[in-house]
Parts: sequence; structure tokens; C-alpha cells
Amino acid sequence: MNLSELEAREARALEERAPEPRRASGSPILALENVSLAFGGVKALSDVSFDVREHEIRAIIGPNGAGKSSLLNVINGVYRPQQGRIAFRGEVRSHMEPHRAARLGIARTFQSLALFKGMTVLENILAGRNLMMKRNLLLQALRIGPALTEEIAHRKRVEEIIDFLEIPHVRKTVVGRLPYGLQKRVDLGRALAMEPKVLLLDEPMAGMNIEEKQDMSRFILDVNDEFGTTIVLIEHDMGVVMDLSDRVVVLDYGRKIADGTPDEVRSSQAVIDAYLGVKH
Amino acid sequence: MIYRETGQFKTSYASDQQLFPILQDRVVVIGFLVFAFAVVPFVASEYLFRAILTPFLILSLAALGLNILVGYCGQLSLGTGGFMAVGAYAAYNLALRLPDLNLIVVFILAGLCATVVGAIFGVPSLRIKGFYLAVTTLAAQFFLDWLFARVGWFTNYSSSGSVAAPPLEIFGYPIQGPVHKYLFVLAIVCVLALLAKNLTRGAIGRSWMATRDMDVAAEVIGIRPLHAKLTAFAVSSFYVGLAGALWAFVYLEAWEPLAFDVNRSFELLFMVIIGGLGSILGSFLGAAFIVILPIALNQLPTKLGIPLSTASISEIELMVFGALIVFFLIAEPRGLARLWAIGKEKLRLWPFPH
Repeated sequence: MNLSELEAREARALEERAPEPRRASGSPILALENVSLAFGGVKALSDVSFDVREHEIRAIIGPNGAGKSSLLNVINGVYRPQQGRIAFRGEVRSHMEPHRAARLGIARTFQSLALFKGMTVLENILAGRNLMMKRNLLLQALRIGPALTEEIAHRKRVEEIIDFLEIPHVRKTVVGRLPYGLQKRVDLGRALAMEPKVLLLDEPMAGMNIEEKQDMSRFILDVNDEFGTTIVLIEHDMGVVMDLSDRVVVLDYGRKIADGTPDEVRSSQAVIDAYLGVKH
Repeated sequence: MIYRETGQFKTSYASDQQLFPILQDRVVVIGFLVFAFAVVPFVASEYLFRAILTPFLILSLAALGLNILVGYCGQLSLGTGGFMAVGAYAAYNLALRLPDLNLIVVFILAGLCATVVGAIFGVPSLRIKGFYLAVTTLAAQFFLDWLFARVGWFTNYSSSGSVAAPPLEIFGYPIQGPVHKYLFVLAIVCVLALLAKNLTRGAIGRSWMATRDMDVAAEVIGIRPLHAKLTAFAVSSFYVGLAGALWAFVYLEAWEPLAFDVNRSFELLFMVIIGGLGSILGSFLGAAFIVILPIALNQLPTKLGIPLSTASISEIELMVFGALIVFFLIAEPRGLARLWAIGKEKLRLWPFPH
């Protein structure tokens, strides 16, 4: 095969991929209704409503301190909002709890890495499957029969995730010793191990160089395509947000100022004002 | 060159997850066990059994229990002596009031009594962390000290407060003499160390370490802090309580509440820190350091023929011991187990530079 043929093939492959099948935007899987959250006198979120449709990539953007991370913390129950309701897969609640959110299939990664630093990559990702491991303490201590079978079955699933994220060479390395980009992948792997319905990503690309960003973008798209996972994403890199997401919600000072497709949001005057400031 | 895993291919997850995946490790461990079970009983002196090996093994077990709590789950405790006392007095009362009970059952029940007490005193850990938790566990220590010294029922109303263990016997077979006691303790310690290793590398161990390393993230992936912390307190207290029962029945034979005071708690905590937090091997190394080193230091001048009075030897012993603790903690803050791991890493390449 000569070079031109190869190029032609690549171009064809690109073309096949190019008209990316717009993800069928199904019914809302997650919806927040009029959520308000305050810490003492500081209002982190006021009266925010938005929904996430099944199988979409939903971005949350906004300037620093806009309340983006607080919003994720409300969704998976780390914070308890003073007002509003959360509907997840048809069930409406006034607030979530972290344990329940995990059980229902909401996983997340963290802005500042929150890995288990003293554990290996394998152990970190296996910990993501702890909820599914049911054997009692005595069986685990003896490590016989069902406890051993269970451990091996979950190891197999974890190895698939490790392969997917392209980190098999470090599987037995203690996470604290890994470079930042790989730690971010392990964080994603731990969330994926939970086999979530909805994956909340808090600035998955913060502090990365361009190549690492490309890798991470690819992983996010693949997770969305192959596993059909719904993704809620906070990100500051506008290029990434506009390329990846189906719909974008914009927060500023805890309020929602825009909501729509990337193009709609980009041309919204409120958003431009929030990012660039207004002339007084 | 000596210690290399080259050529040892793992073709299944089961073989990759076995206890010692590297052949050399297996050989060393099996050799060590054979030595401890089959050679030591014939060569060691009675003094060695009584004064060094048996107390070393029992304190290793207690340190192992404490390491599960402090090293694996990250919950600081200063109540270890108190939990040992619970095990000791529970075993005493069980043996006294139910004389027909098998000794093994007595020890297990004693451990379970400590489990319950430990889990109760572990409840504050849900709200209190770090040094503050250490202070609340110190309260457990003082309460338990008071309980066994003041409430007569526990000591069977003995006027002096001291009690004596009944003669040891399992299935009609008496455990007398230092060799039998050594083998009895060794067998228990080996089994429990294996169980602890299995727990720490299973799902429950991961939930402990996750709680230790990053509790918010652990909660978000569905690990309940309540469950993780209380199981750590419970399992840890079982080990500590069982060690307390062994300490009383096998090593001391007759004891008073002072045998389990706060000094014991500190001593065990030092063992865990010097040996290596979050390491099963470290518990043994730490116990060896604290138990054996002072005795070795004490005997060294006499063996070398240096003329020193007994008083000055014991003064020097304390000074050198203290200096060595400081030295080892500066050299490797993560303990002797870490030094061992570094040594193994070096052996992979030795004698080549890279």
C-alpha cells in the first residue's frame, strides 16, 4: 500500500466518523428544579433549574465561583440544598445522599484529585466496585469460595477499564507516585468502575497539556458512545466544551444565565457579558 | 539479580492475586515458617522462649490489630491497652464461670467481647478525627482501667485485685512448658496474620484504606464511613482483645489491672509507627524492634566483656534505644516495612547498577 492510498483510506475513515451521529436526545434522566444552596449568607446557587437528557453530554460552564462544583455536589448528595428538588430517573427527592447517589448510578470525578493516594491503581479502581461486592467479612477473611470468585470477577472488569484507559503499565503502581495526567485517568477509571448511568466530571482537563486534553476528550466521547453513559461536564476550556457537549448551561454568581446548544450559548449576550464584563 | 520476577508469567487473575505472587517470596516465607515451627522448638533456650519469643509473638498480634485501625483505616487510637484488658478479663471470667468451655472458644469469645467494646468506643470516630479521636480513645483506656480495678465482679472479688489464669488445656492436652506455649501462640498468630492479610487485600480492606486516604471520595463511590470505621474498630479490637487474653493466660499467668495501662497503649502505637503503618509485616518488625532491641542492648556490654554496673547498663540501654528510634524514623518515616520494601527493590538489580 503506498502513501497516497493510505491517505485516502484515512480520509475515508475520517469522513465516516465526521457526520457524528447526533446522540439521540432522549427523555430527561436527571432534572434539578429551583435548587437554591447557601452557606450562611453566601448564596452558592439560587433558583437553578436544568435537566440532563439520557445519553447526552451536558456541559456546565461559568466564571470562577459561579457555583458549578456546588451544583455537582448537590447532584450527588455531598451538599444538601435548602430549596428545590432533584428528580433522577423519575424519582423526585428534596436532596440526595452520597451513598444513595452511588447506588442509583451517579458517579463523579473531582476537580482537585481525590484519589486514594496510598493504594495502587488496581485497588483504586476496584474500590469503585465495592458497592457491588457483597461477601461478608468472614468469607473475605478466609478468602475462599464465593469471596474469591467475586474478587476475580471484579478484577476482570477492572482490567477492561484499565485497558480502555490505556494504563495497564501502571496497574500496580501506588497512585501517589503517578504523574498528574495519569492520575486524572485513574480518577475517571474509578468512576467508570461503578458502571454509572450518569457520570459527573468536574474539570477533567484542568492543568493538562494539549495532548492530554485530546486523550481525555477521546475517553469521554468513547464512554458516552460505547457505554451509553450520560455525562455532565464542568470545563473551562471553551474549545473542549463547544466540541464535546450537546447542550451547555451557563452559571454566573449562582444563577443560570443561559441554557442551550453550544452555538446558542456562544451568541448569548448574557454569556458574553458574564465572561467579558459589561461597560458601566 | 537474586530477587527477580522475570520469567514468572501470570496467566490468570487468580494466580496474580495470590498471597505471594513472586516465587522468591513464597520460598522465603515457607522457609521461615518451617524454621519457626520445626527448628526453633529444638534449638532455642528456655529463656529465649519465655522472655523473648512468646511476648514478641503476642505483642505482634496486638500491634497487628492496632495497625488495622491506625494504619489501614487511619483512625488514631490510644485505648489499645484497655481493649487488651477487656480480652484478658473476658477470658478470665469465661474460664472461671464456664469451666467446661474449650480454651479456643474462650479465646474467641474474649476477642468478641473486645470487638463489642471496641465498636462502642469507635462510634465517636464518625464525628471526630485525628488527634481529637486519640483523646476520646484515651478516655476508653482510663474508663476500662477504672472498671477492672474498681468493679469487683471482674476480678472475682479478689482482695488484691490480681487474678491468676487457670492451667491451659485444649482437647484434654495440657499446654505446659515454654515450647508448647510458644507453638500454641505461634499457630494462632500465623492464622490470624493470614486472615488479616486477606481482609486488607479484599473489598473491606479497600473500604478502610479509601476512608483513610480520602473520606469524601470514598463516600461518593458508595463506601459508608459508618460501616468502614466501625468494622475497622471491631476487627482491630478482636485482634487486640485476643492478644490481651493470650498475654494474660500464656505470658503473665497472673496479673493485675496495671498490666494493661496506658503505657501498653503507647508501646503498641510506637510498634505500629516504627514498624510501618498499613503493613502486616510492619507490625511484626515493630514488635521485634520494641521487644527484642532493649534486651539485646542490655546484654551487649556483658557479652562484649565491657565492665559496667547493672545500673549504668540500664541507663545506657534507654539512651541508645531512644536514639535508635529517632534514627530509624528520620531514615525512613514510613517504618521498617518500607525499608524492607526498598531493600527488595534494590535486590532486583543487585549487583548491577541498573
